Amino acid sequence: MADAGGHLLIVDDNKVNRLLLSRSVELLGHRASVAENGRIAMERLQEESFDLVLLDIEMPEMDGFEVLAAIKDDPRLRDLPVIVTSSVEGIENIVRCIELGAEDYLAKPVNKTLLGARLSSGLEKKRLRDEQKRLLKRFATSEVADDLQASGFAIGGSRVRASVLFCDIRGFTSLSEDQSPEETIELLNVYYTLMFEAIGSHGGIVTLMIGDGLMAVFGAPQPLENPAASAVSAAQDMLAMMGQFNEERSADGRPAIGLGVGIATGEVVAGYAGTDQRATYTCIGSTVNLAARLEAHTKVLSREILIDAETLAALGGGFHTEEHTGVTLKGFAGSLTVCSVT
Amino acid sequence: MTESPVDEAVLRELEEATGADFVAELVATFLEEAPVMIADLSAAAGAGDGEAFRRAAHSLKSNASTFGATTLSDQARALELGGLPEDAGARDDAIIALKAEYDRSAEHLRDLTDG
Repeated sequence: MADAGGHLLIVDDNKVNRLLLSRSVELLGHRASVAENGRIAMERLQEESFDLVLLDIEMPEMDGFEVLAAIKDDPRLRDLPVIVTSSVEGIENIVRCIELGAEDYLAKPVNKTLLGARLSSGLEKKRLRDEQKRLLKRFATSEVADDLQASGFAIGGSRVRASVLFCDIRGFTSLSEDQSPEETIELLNVYYTLMFEAIGSHGGIVTLMIGDGLMAVFGAPQPLENPAASAVSAAQDMLAMMGQFNEERSADGRPAIGLGVGIATGEVVAGYAGTDQRATYTCIGSTVNLAARLEAHTKVLSREILIDAETLAALGGGFHTEEHTGVTLKGFAGSLTVCSVT
Repeated sequence: MTESPVDEAVLRELEEATGADFVAELVATFLEEAPVMIADLSAAAGAGDGEAFRRAAHSLKSNASTFGATTLSDQARALELGGLPEDAGARDDAIIALKAEYDRSAEHLRDLTDG
């Protein structure tokens, strides 16, 4: 068996059943804690972390149906697999358990082989969900991650209006050739930490990291009041943070790090794409391509932040911008007017 | 009726899965708990508490079937599904029959798990 054993909570008002289930579970290599009724179970679930719940239905004080409903109602517990073990009569009760979100139903007396198989499968699901959560948390603020979890990790997309930001380090390749690999990775770690902070604090989500480049989305999956203003504010924060970091570097006699940021606003197809094992939140569309081109074009215009006309129109006041006309970008017809922000 | 109240195969299977010593302990626990369940059942019947009556019958059914006490389990199941009999005489008869079957089953379970 691949799983190393999980920590299970056995909820049953009957002592013989508690003893027998604990014993069976322990013989299968898992750790068991017990609760005598639903109310005690909910208390234990708040205090301690469990990998799976084995739940009886017929109990005084708070029955299994009520426990299931309470677990599925709690954002922190809703992903916890629950296997109902009961000798309750009537197919409608089994259906009710499944509808309330139970992973599985096992009739009592529980067959040991069947129990082993269901536990393995339930614990594997828990492991995958935890892994998805961890991955997601690395790419998004916890707020956005919770939001995605609430929507149930459904793979699929929707059309949304959002602002897309691309950012990279100026001359990173030559910079990395002049320093040790350890220094390069250390630099990237600092860079990512600062950029994630700037993006996250303005409600954005990082959807892509390649080398020194990253892509972030504002306005999806979580709607923002003004995605364009959030994206530009995040870009300004990025530059301000980099400025501070560069002061430290110059004190050590090391060269300053320059950034280029491109921002475009418009409709994108945004969604959760991938497989059940590995998936990420992503955005696709010409708005994304435009943001990438603008970021590249910062070198041509010797500016740090370039935004498209739609971002400018959505910005409102409070930003210092400069217009650049007659800009041609690969993949976009005609000449465009873009703006730099300082 | 000389038929055994306990299906020995069920008990042996349980021993194989969880260990004979453990099953002996489990049976001892059942023999402590079951009289309480039957007392609860009687009290619920006396008080006319249908919900408590059903729950006590349900617990007894569940445990009896774990140990292969098939007849006891069937009787308890009938009470769980049928609910509290309205007729006081029928109610008393059902509980007396259940107690008698429990005593028979308990004796067998003791014998079967006594080393």
